[in-house]
Amino acid sequence: MSNRAHLTFTGKPFQFDAERDAEFEYLVKRYPTRESMILPALWLTQEQEGWVPGEAIAYIADRIGTFASQVYEAATFYTMYHLHPVGRNHICICRTLSCWLRGKQEIVDYLAGEIGIRPGEVSEDGRFSLEEVECLGHCGTAPVVQVNGEFHENMDVEKLKQLLAGLP
Amino acid sequence: MEVKVLSAKFDIADAHLLEVAKQHGAYATLEKLFAMPPADVIDEVKNSGLRGRGGAGFPAGLKWSFLPKGLDKPVYLAVNSDESEPATFKDRYILTRDPHLLIEGIIICCWAIGCHDCYIYIRGEYTTQRKALQKAIDEAYDAGYLGEKVAGQDFRLDVTVHRGAGAYVCGEETALLESVEGRKGQPRSKPPFPAVAGLYGCPTIINNVQTIASLPFIIANGADAYKAYGTEKSPGTHLFGISGHVERPGMYELPLGLPLLEVIDKVAGGVWKARKLKAVIPGGSSTPVLTPEEAATTTLDYESMAAHKTMFGSGGIVVLDETVDMVRLVKNLIDFYHHESCGQCTPCREGLGWMLKIVKQLLNGEGTTADIDLLRELCDNIEMKTVCVLSAACTMPVRSYLDKFRPEFEAYAADRAKTEAA
Ligand SMILES: Cc1cc2nc3c(=O)[nH]c(=O)nc-3n(C[C@H](O)[C@H](O)[C@H](O)COP(=O)(O)O)c2cc1C
Ligand code: SF4
Ligand code: FES
Repeated sequence: MSNRAHLTFTGKPFQFDAERDAEFEYLVKRYPTRESMILPALWLTQEQEGWVPGEAIAYIADRIGTFASQVYEAATFYTMYHLHPVGRNHICICRTLSCWLRGKQEIVDYLAGEIGIRPGEVSEDGRFSLEEVECLGHCGTAPVVQVNGEFHENMDVEKLKQLLAGLP
Repeated sequence: MEVKVLSAKFDIADAHLLEVAKQHGAYATLEKLFAMPPADVIDEVKNSGLRGRGGAGFPAGLKWSFLPKGLDKPVYLAVNSDESEPATFKDRYILTRDPHLLIEGIIICCWAIGCHDCYIYIRGEYTTQRKALQKAIDEAYDAGYLGEKVAGQDFRLDVTVHRGAGAYVCGEETALLESVEGRKGQPRSKPPFPAVAGLYGCPTIINNVQTIASLPFIIANGADAYKAYGTEKSPGTHLFGISGHVERPGMYELPLGLPLLEVIDKVAGGVWKARKLKAVIPGGSSTPVLTPEEAATTTLDYESMAAHKTMFGSGGIVVLDETVDMVRLVKNLIDFYHHESCGQCTPCREGLGWMLKIVKQLLNGEGTTADIDLLRELCDNIEMKTVCVLSAACTMPVRSYLDKFRPEFEAYAADRAKTEAA
């Protein structure tokens, strides 16, 4: 279990934009209960904002017609929901068995040296954030790195250098 | 050694597109399917001997027959595409290279069990995979293979993709249901089993992606054709993932029953860098490890794995070369399961944390032989005393490393003894 109890508030009201609003209304019809929309609504929020601001919790609860605590429970349990802003390039490195066996540590160490952040941190210029994650289901092409959801397989320091250079 | 049953369309360019998939036989079984009474479909699947490919190996047809009859509640199908057990990477090939195979399998299963609403639970990290799957589902709706009618048959079927968000435990079938219902992924105590009271309190079947994707072949060609692959008790083929210290890691479709070491050598190119084999994890990180001697007599089927006191699991084979430090490996394993514990059972939540602490102490040169015994004892005391088997998925392999590679743990304990003597 990881400790992710804290929400971050922006001080600004939150609501879905038109596209997410339509997606919400489409999806809600596909489930027999509105509570099933908690995870999808958190995803829509993260797609829109890049993370899940504290204000979104009450908004989602209102949209669904449930308690804010229900939404909070899901937001804090599931580790892919970012409860604070992440870097422009959110880099996830798999730390699990097969990636560990094939040298993920070299990649973590290189990144730490190159962009000066350890897992869990965001670089000062906001360009990068780093996270060590569990098995990404690409163990046959280990070690694996995911940047903003996109997979990069068979990584090594050389390929990582090129990848970093190409990131905005 | 490789075969192409499930993976028949994997190497065909653009086979993820409906038009191309259809040219290669996608949805061709539906005419035959709708001429079969559902009970016959279940019988055919039972006869094929198909076992669940999510890890537990439960016979698929038998599971379906546990659904209560004559209830006026809807029946749900939840397809398990959580694929999070370390060293498992097979289902995603189906999602991206032949998603219509999965959809066809879903139609077959739903016809057999009388289900009109299917949810596919996909792990949140599978971003491109989810898009590919959703695109195929949209295509299937447009072409009339899903929706109010399926291929003209008066049979409604809706398929919805539900995204997880980073929780291994949601691969456990009842945690998966909780997650679809909008809650945190805490497994339910059983009974009642999902076939009786599952999603939204209704009868529910949960099957792995690969299990479902095996159905079109069985219905198209018959149970005997499927049984022609594999062994008598473990029929069929499997998408094996071979990773770790081999020359050619990757996903390979093989019939069940092949000799493990021969597969590692011939299919995956053998241990890399001309090094010696130290051990093999046969079916995902939760399966007990095999020494080279044990591996030499192991074949890739459920019975041989059981005879060697390990498990077939999810078919994720990990090869360990002579340089692997087993104590560090065990730390990596416990780290994973401890991090993924849902936290509702004390033995799992606290026990795995305690195990992690002990291994860290050993690695820091602060552990004693008594700590090794304590670690072993903890394994026995945690296992089977919890709501789900996530805790056992950690203790079972850890115990196997302690028993088979104990001198390595003792060497770390000796470090402390040496420091103290100095
Ligand atoms: C902790 C845990 C994680 C699991 N993860 C998965 C998974 O990622 N994918 C899967 O298909 N089954 C997983 N299972 C097994 C499922 O609970 C269930 O047995 C399976 O989905 C049933 O489908 P099958 O009979 O077709 O194999 C997991 C089980 C446990 C206890
Ligand atoms: S064994 Fe662990 S993961 Fe399973 S229900 Fe208990 S605490 Fe949760
Ligand atoms: S262990 Fe890294 S992707 Fe599976």
